[in-house]
Amino acid sequence: MNKIRVIARLDIKGANLIKGVHLEGLKIIGDPHTFAHKYYDEGADELIYIDSVASLYERNNILDIVSKTVEDVFIPLTVGGGIRSVEDAKKALRAGADKIAINTAAIKNPNIITEIAEHFGNQCVVVSIEAKRKAPNQWEAYTDNGREKTNIDVVEWVRKVQSIGAGEILLTSIDQEGTQKGFDIELIRSVMDVATIPVIASGGMGEISHIHELLQKTNVDAIAVAHGLHYNSTPIQKIKHELQKFDYE
Amino acid sequence: MNYKNLIMNNQDPKYKEKTITIVDYGLGNILSVSRAFAYLGCNVALAKNSDEIEKASYLVLPGVGAFKKGMYELQAHQLIEPIKDYAKSGRPLLGICLGMQLLFESSEEIEICKGLEILSGHVKRIVSTDSNLKVPHIGWANLSMNPFHPNYSQDRFVNSLEKASVYFVHSYHPVTSKKNILAVSDYYHHEITSAVLENNIWGYQFHPEKSGKAGLELLKLFLSFS
Repeated sequence: MNKIRVIARLDIKGANLIKGVHLEGLKIIGDPHTFAHKYYDEGADELIYIDSVASLYERNNILDIVSKTVEDVFIPLTVGGGIRSVEDAKKALRAGADKIAINTAAIKNPNIITEIAEHFGNQCVVVSIEAKRKAPNQWEAYTDNGREKTNIDVVEWVRKVQSIGAGEILLTSIDQEGTQKGFDIELIRSVMDVATIPVIASGGMGEISHIHELLQKTNVDAIAVAHGLHYNSTPIQKIKHELQKFDYE
Repeated sequence: MNYKNLIMNNQDPKYKEKTITIVDYGLGNILSVSRAFAYLGCNVALAKNSDEIEKASYLVLPGVGAFKKGMYELQAHQLIEPIKDYAKSGRPLLGICLGMQLLFESSEEIEICKGLEILSGHVKRIVSTDSNLKVPHIGWANLSMNPFHPNYSQDRFVNSLEKASVYFVHSYHPVTSKKNILAVSDYYHHEITSAVLENNIWGYQFHPEKSGKAGLELLKLFLSFS
């Protein structure tokens, strides 16, 4: 079968690992490299770094943190936040990222998905979708860390990006993000119904029972966890143990 | 990149003696493969020409991307004959991901394309009767060692391979004779040729350089060959 991946998500601002609620109200947690290394040691399947201030063109940017991480962390690393061109993607991959995540730039110009896929392969293009509930069973895609509306329907956007070269989808529920109240199951189901590429569910993981519900009600490919790992309420071993139990059911 | 610090921090002095030569033909994961061997304490050299390949004592052919592009780049760098000659010399050669696929006779990716023909077999698309199957296969799977492989009797092989959880990113895999298959994995009821070994020729379809500690153990397994 396909094993569900457990991905540690690290939102980064400047030199710090941060965490917020609904992608806002950010609090400093600590040094990203220390946390990344801890999650690697504990058996995380992948890491995702999201630069919350899109600092790619500033000094001491996220790529310095990436280069340091990949010296002694040997699992796939996705980097997002501020990637606007093939050249930006190249910089991130050179620094040691395996995949790049794009949201704002893809919404402004969907061709960038195709361009990056043609240069580096579909497998390295993760389209990050920030979804906010608009009506029952309807979600709108947001950009700029949940700040800007786009009027784009999330399910339609999924269909579109997978047809033009996306390799994976990072689906973040803005409503659930940082709340520890569980995943937006309806959102994930609606996306899984149309997805032909792997989907990573992000936002809302607060206790182990949330995984149970997710597995029972969706066939998601991966989960990205931030709060539950940073505050140790749902450490990786605990999540993996729960996933294993589900395998035997 | 500064490999020196990593080498000094190395916990396993027996790898310090080894120099790993990685074929640099402009594709993909050369840096991450280099970093993983450097982390184990090896000296890492990049080979861009036939002289550098000829001198190698451990040769690694990495690669990410399309088969045809890979063969095109090897041809453009005039590396096809040097790699074939090296393979005949009996020294260890490891192909990783696309690099493994290139070792075979041909691939059906996009259109039929001839490979290096070092190993017998053909690279084919992953197919399954299970409708949940997604291609590309991106993710982790457990290896099972092939009990018919001649090295099945060796503990170090079984210990490193059996149940190792490793990371895959691919849409194709080689179909080859059972006796060359070192390990397989299951992806939606499709048996994936995950590792091959025939004499001195090794191939890993997964990414050992991205498979955490289990992946590093599988690089050490290759280094234990002499």
